Amino acid sequence: MGARILIAEDEPFIVESLSFLLSREGHEVDAVDTGSEALRAVQRRRPDLLLLDIMLPETNGFDVLRRLRAAPGLEELPVMVLTAKGQEADRKRMMELGADDFVTKPFSNRDLLARVASLLGAAARPAG
Amino acid sequence: MLTTGVIILIAGLYLGGLFLLAFWSERRAARGRGGFISSPLVYTLSLAVYCTSWTFYGAVGSASRSGLEFLTIYLGPTLVVMAWWFLLRKLVRISKAQRITSIADFISARYGKSASISALVTIVSVAVVAPYIALQLKAVAASVDALAGLHQAATVDVHGRSILADTGFWVAVCMAVFTILFGTRNQSADERQPGVVAAIAFESIVKLLSLGAIAVFAIYGMNSGLGELFDRADWHEGVQRLTTLQEDFETRWLVTLFLSAAAFICLPRQFHVGIVENTNERHLATASWMFPLYLLLVSLFVIPIAISGMTQLPETVNPDLYVLMVPQSAGQTELALIAFIGGLSAATSMVIVSSIAMSIMISNHLVTPLLLRLSVFSQQRTADFSKVLILVRRLSIIAILSLGFIYYYSIGTTSPLASIGLISFAGVAQFLPALIGGVYWEGGTKSGALTGLIAGFALWTYTLLVPSFAGAGWGFISVLDEGPFGIALLQPDALFGLAGWDPLVHGLTWSLTANVILYVAVSLFSRQSPLERLQSAVFINAFDRSRTGVEGAIPRSAAPEDLFRLARRILGRERADQLFADYAKSRGVERRADLPATDPALIVYVERALAGSIGAASARSLVARIAKGETISLESVIQILDETQEAIRYSRELEKKSRELEKTARQLREANAQLTELDRMKDDFLSRVSHELRTPMTSIRSFSEMLVEQGAEGGAAALEGEQAQRFLSIIQHESVRLTRLLDQILDLNRMENGQLDWELQEVDLADIAREAAETMRGLAQNGDVALIDGLGDARLPVLADPDRLKQVFVNLLSNAIKFNDAAERGGAAKVWLELERRPAGSGGAVCAVAIRDNGPGVPPAEQQTLFSKFSRGWKEGSRRPTGSGLGLAISKQIMLQFGGELLMTASSPAGSSFAVRLPHAERALQAAQTDAAPETGPEAGPEAAPEAAAE
Repeated sequence: MGARILIAEDEPFIVESLSFLLSREGHEVDAVDTGSEALRAVQRRRPDLLLLDIMLPETNGFDVLRRLRAAPGLEELPVMVLTAKGQEADRKRMMELGADDFVTKPFSNRDLLARVASLLGAAARPAG
Repeated sequence: MLTTGVIILIAGLYLGGLFLLAFWSERRAARGRGGFISSPLVYTLSLAVYCTSWTFYGAVGSASRSGLEFLTIYLGPTLVVMAWWFLLRKLVRISKAQRITSIADFISARYGKSASISALVTIVSVAVVAPYIALQLKAVAASVDALAGLHQAATVDVHGRSILADTGFWVAVCMAVFTILFGTRNQSADERQPGVVAAIAFESIVKLLSLGAIAVFAIYGMNSGLGELFDRADWHEGVQRLTTLQEDFETRWLVTLFLSAAAFICLPRQFHVGIVENTNERHLATASWMFPLYLLLVSLFVIPIAISGMTQLPETVNPDLYVLMVPQSAGQTELALIAFIGGLSAATSMVIVSSIAMSIMISNHLVTPLLLRLSVFSQQRTADFSKVLILVRRLSIIAILSLGFIYYYSIGTTSPLASIGLISFAGVAQFLPALIGGVYWEGGTKSGALTGLIAGFALWTYTLLVPSFAGAGWGFISVLDEGPFGIALLQPDALFGLAGWDPLVHGLTWSLTANVILYVAVSLFSRQSPLERLQSAVFINAFDRSRTGVEGAIPRSAAPEDLFRLARRILGRERADQLFADYAKSRGVERRADLPATDPALIVYVERALAGSIGAASARSLVARIAKGETISLESVIQILDETQEAIRYSRELEKKSRELEKTARQLREANAQLTELDRMKDDFLSRVSHELRTPMTSIRSFSEMLVEQGAEGGAAALEGEQAQRFLSIIQHESVRLTRLLDQILDLNRMENGQLDWELQEVDLADIAREAAETMRGLAQNGDVALIDGLGDARLPVLADPDRLKQVFVNLLSNAIKFNDAAERGGAAKVWLELERRPAGSGGAVCAVAIRDNGPGVPPAEQQTLFSKFSRGWKEGSRRPTGSGLGLAISKQIMLQFGGELLMTASSPAGSSFAVRLPHAERALQAAQTDAAPETGPEAGPEAAPEAAAE
């Protein structure tokens, strides 16, 4: 039941920890470190879930999400937003733009995995 | 010796010629060929009616008695025409606009066309002018007698002679006839009288030439020239008075100077020729120099005659008759006759103009209002009132001359000419407060003017006029000496104990002081009627065109036919027809009948025309009888005017207030923007600190959880030993990063609060820079950036903490290396370390090193905040090298701690340059010694030199 997950995050150690955790759960993990690369990657091959950091170089998380939601076939792509700023305003804005979940750094591994599973399950049900 | 008959014949011939001149001039003017008659020269010469027989005979007498005092009589008017021409211009302008006929009319018009004021001013004028006319009669009579050899002695006692035997009586009769012929020939009463003006001007020339002739005779006929004349003067005691000043001269001079200046405007005849008969305002400009010249000539002529008279005539000769007696005594009958003609000219011109002016005032302000009250006009008889007016004027002339004669006859010839003249001057000076206040002070009211005039006039009568009768043996002597009823305080020449003053100074001081005080005080405590307010605005703003036409805005209504009937009755059929024809033409209609039924402008037009004939007050009263709705609408107009003015003033204030408010609002907006910016910066700072702390903590937490999990379960989640080791090293790495960040934040905070206490020591700035460069060489090589040391062997001793200083250089070099993208742009990335090129004159007091690179430069938007916390590197959307964003902020603080500075000296897409500046060590030590606590805070350092260098 492995899913394809794309991580868009520019802190290498955080990418490393996420990759390790998700791979261990049996998912296929890809990582990019800029917003524009993230957009190219999802166009190239649609993942089942996108973990999106807000503070990304070149194109930030807000813009990535806005363009995803405007792109055909990607409106429904589950997106989990990661942020280190922890501001309520950011959370609200992301939810309005169509984020499916919002996780503040630092996160608990167990909590993060539970949310990933929940998002993947929710996305799989109407499809299956 | 001439007989009286011959003298009178010659006088008659002269006056007849004068009449022909006047007649001819009038005809010319009527045909529209004014020519020289309406020239400024004629206007100026007509002003010389000021020089009466008092001047002609009396000035010589006055010079002989009181020395140079006679000059003040000429200085006053000179002062007025030269320095006060703007007042004259204003009077002329107002008089033309308002069709003013006399000084009484002027003052009355200003105070709401008040009939009581015009009547009062007229009565005062009569009282003042009568003695003045008496003076002329006396002069002419005395000159006739002297010429006929009847009375060569000083004074004549006229008492006990029959009136018919008195020369003065016949002189008065002649003058009355002559004035009536001259002044009331016109069917209409109001028209200017160019004939009279021309005759007066001619007489002024005769006066001057005749006085000049006598003066020349005194010098060259009586003596061999000026030399002999002055030689005589030298040994004659009396002449000394001419050149020396009398005791008490200051106050008397000032008073006579003031009086003659006031008289030049206020005397009815002066007002008549100067203001009413003025045809062109520009004539005033010519008069302002030509008239003083005339007076100067007269005063020059007076002196030789006076000297010759005093030194060469018997002492029994009346000095007032020197002009006649000097040639007479030498047997020069023809010359004496010329002198007589000159004196006659002076007297007749004064009497003619005065009587005309007075007859206008008496008929307009006393008789017409009385006739109006007696309802002459309500009877619907079509009597032509213009004929009545002419008759009234003729009778007035007879009345005023009779009064003059009575005064002359009762007082006799006891007082010298000059003293009678000055008493008259003091009388008319009472008009001055109401007149000047009227054109310059908007607050003057009718009640104020009336009270002031009455008080001034009463005191003038009591202190000056009454004592002048005393010498005539009228039984006033006891009053003079003891006061009325023996009350010394009320003594006319020492009122309220003010004794020992010159009688003239005393009288004028009391009357004018009371006049001014009451005028101002009562004005302040009384209200103006609407018409008064309107008129006062029109008078004061005489030069403001928009205000003069304001009366036309009063919505009154009157049938044109009624107005025409009224005009016909006052002006006569012919002139009324002309008046309405002119008006109809100006309105673009052919006949009177076509005029609109109600036309407020026509009412004003007719009222003005009537005012020219019968005065403003009477005209208003007449028009008010047929015009409806005046009072209410007038008040409403005043209200509208006031409100408009108020609104303008208010809106100006509002505008000013709103400008102030705008300014305040702008300041507030700026302050608010600053606060918002500060608030935003604070939020930003917290958000960035949060981000910077959370990022390493995320890795630490995540990896440590994995390790803990493995330790607890050991099963499925087991990690390989190698992996566990890697996770631990990441945790350690990130912990160090976290600690460093916390250190930096705290460091910066302490520096900002001035809580750091470093040991400063002497180090070499160049050495420290080189050390830092050495440290960064590895980073530079990794990034393929060339680090070039251009410092050479310069010595730059400064006071600093070496580690901290090195930290600054490391930070700057690391930025220069990390951000340098020259290689990406196809060039070779370079960073230079060199001595800063200092502007000339900044001296060697500052040590400075520059770090220059050929990187992309700092974007303009970021230059402002370059040195603030987290400023750089958080630019969203740009690929950034890692860093907390606190480096430059900390570096800047460090430099401030050392009393130096850190700044960006250049930035462009071709590269940027930063300067590290510190005071020279010696300089810094000196500053530290003079400073009690040099290291307590960033401000304590010697910063003057770097500040100056920063420019």
